[in-house]
Amino acid sequence: MSKNLSPDVSECLELLKTMYVIRYAEEQLGDDFAAGKLPGGVHLSIGQEAVSAGICAHLTDRDKVSSTHRGHGHFLAKGGEPKHLIAEIYGKEEGCCRGMGGSLHVADYSKGIIGANGIVGAGIPVATGAALANHLDDDGSMTVVFFGDGASNQGVLQESMNFAALWKLPLLYVCENNQFGQFSPTATVTAGVISDRAKAFDIPVEVVDGNDVRAVWQTMAGAADHIRSGKGPVFIEAHTYRIRNHFEREHLVIKTPYRTEEEVEKMRRERDPIEMLQEWLKDENLADEATCQAIDKDAKTLVDEAVAFGDAGTPPPLDVGEKYQFVGTSS
Amino acid sequence: MARTRFIQAINDAIREEMERDEKVFVFGEDVEASIFGDTAGLAERFGKRRVRNTPISENTLTGMTVGAAACGYRPVLHIMFANFLFTGMDGVANQLAKARLMSGGQIELPATIIASYGGGRANAAQHSDTPYSAFMNLGGVHLVVPSNPADAKGLLKSAIRSNDPVLFFEPGGRGGEMGDVPDEEYLTPIGKAAVVRQGGDLTLISMGSTMRMTIQAADQLAEQGLECEVVDVRTLAPLDEETICAAAERTGRVVIVDESRERASAASHIAAVVAEKSFGHMKAPIRRVTARNAGLPLAPASEQYLLPNVDKIVAAAVEISENGRLPA
Repeated sequence: MSKNLSPDVSECLELLKTMYVIRYAEEQLGDDFAAGKLPGGVHLSIGQEAVSAGICAHLTDRDKVSSTHRGHGHFLAKGGEPKHLIAEIYGKEEGCCRGMGGSLHVADYSKGIIGANGIVGAGIPVATGAALANHLDDDGSMTVVFFGDGASNQGVLQESMNFAALWKLPLLYVCENNQFGQFSPTATVTAGVISDRAKAFDIPVEVVDGNDVRAVWQTMAGAADHIRSGKGPVFIEAHTYRIRNHFEREHLVIKTPYRTEEEVEKMRRERDPIEMLQEWLKDENLADEATCQAIDKDAKTLVDEAVAFGDAGTPPPLDVGEKYQFVGTSS
Repeated sequence: MARTRFIQAINDAIREEMERDEKVFVFGEDVEASIFGDTAGLAERFGKRRVRNTPISENTLTGMTVGAAACGYRPVLHIMFANFLFTGMDGVANQLAKARLMSGGQIELPATIIASYGGGRANAAQHSDTPYSAFMNLGGVHLVVPSNPADAKGLLKSAIRSNDPVLFFEPGGRGGEMGDVPDEEYLTPIGKAAVVRQGGDLTLISMGSTMRMTIQAADQLAEQGLECEVVDVRTLAPLDEETICAAAERTGRVVIVDESRERASAASHIAAVVAEKSFGHMKAPIRRVTARNAGLPLAPASEQYLLPNVDKIVAAAVEISENGRLPA
């Protein structure tokens, strides 16, 4: 299935920018949370940006993405506007969901972002329905469902893989194995190899270094080709590492460490997907320091503008909950 | 008008809506074999692309309605027994009922779920529940509960055309019941109750599976000199409070009959609405006749003991009538 195809220089620089935007947006949200600025909580994907960037680079607005509680990166990589993300998490009417959803539910259906989900694994059935819609549309569009190693222990994954394999749905499973399900190391709650579960349904499997954005991009190129040609689902297990806590309040509620600071620091130092790509670009003489710095600066500016947009936003009216609940129309 | 069986009216509604709109598709466990008959023949008529037999995977099935509906289709999920909705509860309660709100109104969710409910047929506890009252509390789904073939057809057509999610609860085991169904195209509006009988002494309010016994009770009471106004609620969410309260106020004596269990039943909610809005018109305490607070056992007599019946309705009505007993 693997296509012998790598991202060219301009594609690499796009990937770099996407990862920088995610990184800056999430660092901002982490700082905002610590400062007590956010109405709700956030789950950050810092260190995992390469998965979102490498997968979504191959998608168009017609393709759907179903996301997780750790979903800011998926939203931004799929084309969601940083300002709509930030304003949403600030609880403002100018947010992508008019302040109704927040971090756990960021969605922009016009971009094919069909929602992050606060219930672990619950995006999988929703994505299966979206993939059935793709299948009925029969226009080469596809759906990607992102989920974590934790969600792989939900029964719906097994149910969904059975559906997708049986009906040859254009559905890509992307398991972001970030080594922790909430506060438990994956191995302590998960038997066997996660992607082996897909093999039981005869679904083609790819295992990839999820911190190597070029590898993710290349794996996805082959997977998307396979899926769009009507051959049915593919399962990608991307190994990555969650640098931040499960959620930003974790230090207040978890007293017994489940990993060492040294381990986190080592991953941060040696396996940062942004640094890995920049080093490769420089080693290969494909981009110089100034080029990378310019991308870094552009991304920072974009996020700063998004924060200003969010700050300037307005709280939604009090009575909108009932208003958004139903359309109240018929076909 | 044509005499039509309950199950045929449901089948006709799906068929007509599939003919009208190619975005409508039906899926669920054994929708081809169709043990109840409500989806029988649809695969032959519309093909397996639009009539899809599925694996037994309720939690994925309910969640799929959200993805398919948000992406341009009108899924009709047949979940078979209403108890199986509990298996698929995440898709209904956390997804279908909330996806539009959470998105800030970005999407429409034109999904319908058909479920057969109710006891009295020795199907034992896991195939006999009347769970609609649990869904009344979700906020984000409409609930319709037809009691006769004409309403079943009209309400299901409205449900499939609705751009909001609707749960369609069909009274189980009643598929063979006949009723007059109009020949011409019609829709029964969601959110409208019907006054099905006039009478000045008492108001009986019911829905779905308990409507027939409520009418029978009204007949018995009439023979004994008590004339009842009877309301068929038809839609539990949104509830037609106006029609219900007006009917309650006309007599000031209200019995609500409902097959869900007494605690937090549909009858409990209706009683609360009448008490809040029509208290000044009440001449007697509002009475509820419901199932008792237990699962339904297999043994037929033990099962029947827990369920509402004509005698229980008549007794409650007599108790709150003007003289507390039947007229001499």
